[in-house]
Amino acid sequence: MNYSIVLYILGFILRFESVFLLLPALVGLIYQEASGFSYLFVAVLCFAVSFLLTRRKPRSSRLYTREGFVTVAMSWVVMSIFGALPFVLSGDIPFYVDALFETISGFTTTGASILNEVETLSHAGLFWRSFTHWVGGMGVFVFIMAILPLMGGSTMNLMKAESPGPSVSKLVPHVKDTAKILYIIYIGVTVSEIVLLCVFGMPLFDALTTSFGTVGTGGFGIKNDSFAGYSPALQNIVTLFMILSGINYSFYFCILSKRFRDAFQIEEIRWYLIIILASVGVISYDTMHMFGSLGETVRHAFFQVGSIITTTGFATTDFDLWPSMSKTILVILMFVGACAGSTGGGIKVSRLVILFKSIRKELSLIIHPREVRKIRMDGHTVDHAVMRSTNVFLCVYFIVLMCSTLLVSVDEFDFTTNFTAVVSMLNNIGPGLNLVGPTRNFSIFSVFSKFVLMFDMLAGRLELFPVMILLMPGTWKRK
Amino acid sequence: MNIIIVGCGKVGRTLVEQLSNEDHDIVVIDENPEKVQSISDDQDAMGITGNGINHETLIEAGIMTADLLIAVTGDDEKNLLCCVIAKKTGHCQTIARVRNPIYNKEIEFLKKEFGLAMIINPELTAANEISRIFQFPSAIRVDSFAKGHVELLHFKVKKNSPLIGLKLFNLHQTMRTSVLVCTVIREDEVIIPNGDFEFMENDIVAIASRRQDAIAFFERIGIMKHRVQSAILAGGGKLAYYLAKILLASGIHVTIIEIDHRRCEELCELLPKATVICGDATDQELLAEEGLEQTQGFAALTGLDEENILLSLYAGDVSNATTVTKINRITFNSVINELNLGSIIYPRVITADYILKYVRSANYSRNSNVETLYKLANGKAEALEFLIKADSTVAGIPLQKLRLRKNTLIGCIYRNGRVIIPSGQDAMMGGDSVIVVLSGYRISDIKEILED
Repeated sequence: MNYSIVLYILGFILRFESVFLLLPALVGLIYQEASGFSYLFVAVLCFAVSFLLTRRKPRSSRLYTREGFVTVAMSWVVMSIFGALPFVLSGDIPFYVDALFETISGFTTTGASILNEVETLSHAGLFWRSFTHWVGGMGVFVFIMAILPLMGGSTMNLMKAESPGPSVSKLVPHVKDTAKILYIIYIGVTVSEIVLLCVFGMPLFDALTTSFGTVGTGGFGIKNDSFAGYSPALQNIVTLFMILSGINYSFYFCILSKRFRDAFQIEEIRWYLIIILASVGVISYDTMHMFGSLGETVRHAFFQVGSIITTTGFATTDFDLWPSMSKTILVILMFVGACAGSTGGGIKVSRLVILFKSIRKELSLIIHPREVRKIRMDGHTVDHAVMRSTNVFLCVYFIVLMCSTLLVSVDEFDFTTNFTAVVSMLNNIGPGLNLVGPTRNFSIFSVFSKFVLMFDMLAGRLELFPVMILLMPGTWKRK
Repeated sequence: MNIIIVGCGKVGRTLVEQLSNEDHDIVVIDENPEKVQSISDDQDAMGITGNGINHETLIEAGIMTADLLIAVTGDDEKNLLCCVIAKKTGHCQTIARVRNPIYNKEIEFLKKEFGLAMIINPELTAANEISRIFQFPSAIRVDSFAKGHVELLHFKVKKNSPLIGLKLFNLHQTMRTSVLVCTVIREDEVIIPNGDFEFMENDIVAIASRRQDAIAFFERIGIMKHRVQSAILAGGGKLAYYLAKILLASGIHVTIIEIDHRRCEELCELLPKATVICGDATDQELLAEEGLEQTQGFAALTGLDEENILLSLYAGDVSNATTVTKINRITFNSVINELNLGSIIYPRVITADYILKYVRSANYSRNSNVETLYKLANGKAEALEFLIKADSTVAGIPLQKLRLRKNTLIGCIYRNGRVIIPSGQDAMMGGDSVIVVLSGYRISDIKEILED
């Protein structure tokens, strides 16, 4: 391990965080809240630490895969550790472990809260909570790479560790330009949602925080009832943007570069939309008796399905009260997750498509034992390495899921609560079922369980391996 | 510039490294997915798996918006075809690598008929470079500028050389010559020396001067060697063929040792004046029998880098020959530089330098033109030749009035057949060829040597 380069980059990350922290401080200033000062203070603190870490250039600036993975995982931890401080200092969340849970939940775009009363939080606090979603959605490293010429070609290792999906590829030759394009699309989608929400009558502050939560597929609301209080039109806008944010960003890139045929040929997006439509259909049929009209039923079904599959976690209704089949569909959607290369979490549609195709291949091999068959996606053959990593990913995913459920069960809640809590954390969704349903929160868990859930959130956001590598003793050996 | 590179072999990879460092947008195409993956992971370039001749692959790589396509696969015909298809599909310039000697005479014809911007032949370029060393063996490397009229001569300061301990401002007095010391390479670092600089053992010094001054200088410091009369080439590949041809044409006797009997017969047919020996060049007996101890030039050109290194070390040990080592693949520069190998030739680097020169001069050509480019010390410094245009911002101003950037040196001016080693009063004029040595930054236009 080349510690000097890891610390150097962590220093950079903190410098960016100190800039990010100035925004809630500004919000505090606008709303004349004393809590703004705690953000300013932490911003200065971050800058000071960053200054110390980046004072000396590391001897070797080469980032190997190992350093890349460790740097990414560590920086998410460090960002959360510092990002949680203002909550404690301002008194919004007095207990540090709770504040850390809230911040990790924010950066990993989970959106699970430990707050019983959201509305009593200061505006600065609410803004920071939602803004962490926006930062975490596309990823800090992608952001830094868009701005700084960090280390030339080898930064691809950082991007690989942070970006979701079975295979990460460049959109354009330079990593820097790829990152820039991603952020331009990201900002574009965010701004258009803010404008649309404002046009349909949402106050600016609400529109900002909602858009950060939607486009980053986070899910922190600023109301106790999440989204139930807003008008149907606003709910529909949010539904639309949630689903758009769950789409693979290379779709938008193809559209922007006028390659429409390529854009609509992306197999993953087709399956993603099919899954959404099918789920909405079944749930609407199943929950028809609960709502007044067909329109209302479809609206709620769409919102909930969009919210869960993109792993956002907003809610317009307490789906914990829905009939069993609808709830089961929602839990399955939690696993499915959004498209690779989007801001959403979960297993990812493309991985599932690859898996189903490989199942079909295996079955076909039983019928024609000597058949030669390749798995194809979007017309290209899927590499064996991608197949292998998909399979391994799934194994690790379920092992982490099992272990976490076991560990959380020491709190002696019922199985549904424990299981859906872990599923919800690992897929970065937010609400689960029963005691952690959309109207409840995670404050019931013990400190130990909270740490397990925090680990799950980070593991889920970074797609397991960067976080798992931290647990390997070999990682920390000096070279 | 948007550049597409077809083929991710040794040369392709070196090109990606150099070009992506200069902020070009690079897409590589290769049929081997592993090679593509490794390049797009390590380098700031995008990779596409596919055949470069395939129209669809080229479109996917962005041929419609590309400015330049470089075809460097292992196959000459494929490279040519790829360039033709690229040219017809998009509007880009094309460069192909063509190595087979049978095309050598038709290079100009192919270039014109296929509309190529450039055809590179790394083996031929490398052979030219080696032949320059054999023509002037006092230097371990000879970079030629202004169509061979000006040379940058590199030599190593050997043990008990009179230069050791000498300060640069005393050089002219002590040695009574007018040579200009351009760069010194010391332990993998490049120094553009000033007056206080002191020479040390094992420095590799590059000087710019007229030929006769250089000869006088080398005589004074006791390393003057005359043109070699006979040379042994170990290995009979394409490079050996080109080299033998050049050497034979200038009257040097050539012995080629090649292990493959069929290849020996081919060489014998192609080069009637050469002595072709069928045998293993690593056989000590055979080398002795062919007169290694008496030969004046020895070039290790087999396909194995390790074998070449060993052969050169041995030749340097048992004879006074000027040795040249070809290294194709391995990159342990620091170790290789420590060894007493004489001159080292890296064909892939030579090719990359050549293409880089083309890219830079295509990029800018208002004020001046990059005519020649050599990289020194693993790319840490560069020696460039510019053709100055009359309306250039640097033309007509005495050098002492130009505010040059740090680590920049105007090494030589070539004007109407005259070589000028410039002093502060001299000025660059339109039509001059100017050799600039610099380290720490890159330029593609002469005006960039000035402070902002």
